[in-house]
Amino acid sequence: MADVNLSEAEKTFILHSVQDNFRDDGRSCEDFRHMEIETGLISNTNGSARVRLASTDVLVGVKVQLSPVDPENPEVGRMEFFLDCSANATPEFEGRGGEELASEITALLTRAYGCPSTMDYPSLCVLPGQQCWLLYVDILLLECGGNLFDAMSLAVKAALFNTKVPNVTMTKDEGGIELDVSDDPYDFKRLDVTGAPLVVTVNKIGHFHVVDASEKEEACSLARIMLGVTQTGTITAMKKEGSGSLDADSISDMMESAKKVGVLLNKSLLKALGEEEEQGTEAVGFLR
Amino acid sequence: MAGMELLSDQGFRMDGRKSNELRRIRFKKGVFNQADGSAYLEQGNTKVLAAVYGPHEIRGSKSKALHDRVLINCQYSMATFSTQDRKRRPRGDRKSQEMTSHLKQTFDAVVLTELYPKTQLDIYVEVLQSDGGNYCASVNAATLALMDAGIPMKDYVIACAGSFTRETPIIDINHLEESSGGAEVIMAILPRCDQIVFLEMNSRLHEDHLSAVMDHVMAGCKDIFNVLNQQVREELVRRTVQDSLVDSG
Repeated sequence: MADVNLSEAEKTFILHSVQDNFRDDGRSCEDFRHMEIETGLISNTNGSARVRLASTDVLVGVKVQLSPVDPENPEVGRMEFFLDCSANATPEFEGRGGEELASEITALLTRAYGCPSTMDYPSLCVLPGQQCWLLYVDILLLECGGNLFDAMSLAVKAALFNTKVPNVTMTKDEGGIELDVSDDPYDFKRLDVTGAPLVVTVNKIGHFHVVDASEKEEACSLARIMLGVTQTGTITAMKKEGSGSLDADSISDMMESAKKVGVLLNKSLLKALGEEEEQGTEAVGFLR
Repeated sequence: MAGMELLSDQGFRMDGRKSNELRRIRFKKGVFNQADGSAYLEQGNTKVLAAVYGPHEIRGSKSKALHDRVLINCQYSMATFSTQDRKRRPRGDRKSQEMTSHLKQTFDAVVLTELYPKTQLDIYVEVLQSDGGNYCASVNAATLALMDAGIPMKDYVIACAGSFTRETPIIDINHLEESSGGAEVIMAILPRCDQIVFLEMNSRLHEDHLSAVMDHVMAGCKDIFNVLNQQVREELVRRTVQDSLVDSG
């Protein structure tokens, strides 16, 4: 992440602005910044989405592939997350520089989506005990402007919404069952993402907490918790991060905020995605 | 092989282009705020993002510093979802490393390196979608990103690839044409000085045809140059007019 150096006076200013529920960019503590979402930009994928949250820029591509089932869960589909922190975001990510951050974020997303109620995993199983769809969710971080976890979870959910899984026909052969994946681009099914979680990061600044912290605010916060929240307010994952410590009471306050924000965020995301699909305009991507 | 011909009897290619026709080029400079310069470029279905950081202090070991010129540091990487079959690693494989060194060589030739001794210039290229001509799109995008960063260069550096089929040179080849097994000639040129800074040929091509293919590829580079240059200048004029309006109140 790009270095943010704040003086004591600047930190105090941000602390006071959070106290007064009027942050330095005019938001209240539970407001998100302006964001842009677009789906279906990369034609080589089964589903893709780009989210630009202030200056955080994330591109997600979903590719589906038939693969053997996981022997421990032979009746469900599989999902794998991969995050590439591109050096475009900051030179520190060059070579293997971004791998630590990447594993941290993919671990949280894997946990948030690990809850069986988040997606209809059984429907992704093609042949129980043998073949299932493996969803490769590949995230590309292009620019860091704070609040990476939330932006990525938004992009992941949008990309899954956009994902088109080809239909499979099964024919019984003497040697066994043969699978035939349709190559007709209009013969597909969509994924149900209504239960998919979004990550909401709540940053503790002073005695108060904010969601969607900018990089400056992140520099003032000593402790934060990330929560995977679904549209119904279910929490599917939780993680505390940062060098500071939190007491149990403030954690439950932060959870309440995260739940409230998460439910709203989920609803507005699905609404925006639905509207985008209705309009059916060609993707403009980075040309705008 | 009916229907799979790279060039039909009527002289059209698989995607409907003529032999010397380019794919559609669209680009935008300055897509990111944090990088010193950035550009996004589409050549047909090949989509590339380039970012430039620097010139800045040498990162890591100081012994890499060059006392008389800037150290150009490149990284070429491809998004795991950019290709038809998913890639396992975005970079670090032999092909990306080769591409990285090609980019470095290309930009060493065009940036006025002696202006910034003992510093480092980072050029990062990310392929978002690949449909042939990745090197060419990367070079063209990086040129625009360098321009966006305000790095002094001798000239634009423009790359284009070409092939040879049915006694006809074809230019700006896509993935299908690239993987059909024919010869592939890749060139990067300085279009206004007519200098070649990078030249590579894969597979085999009869010596007699080489100069024809090279001429066509060179002409293709100049066509790309005209497309890029026109838009760059239009933008510049628009910005200047806007600025002068702001200045005059």
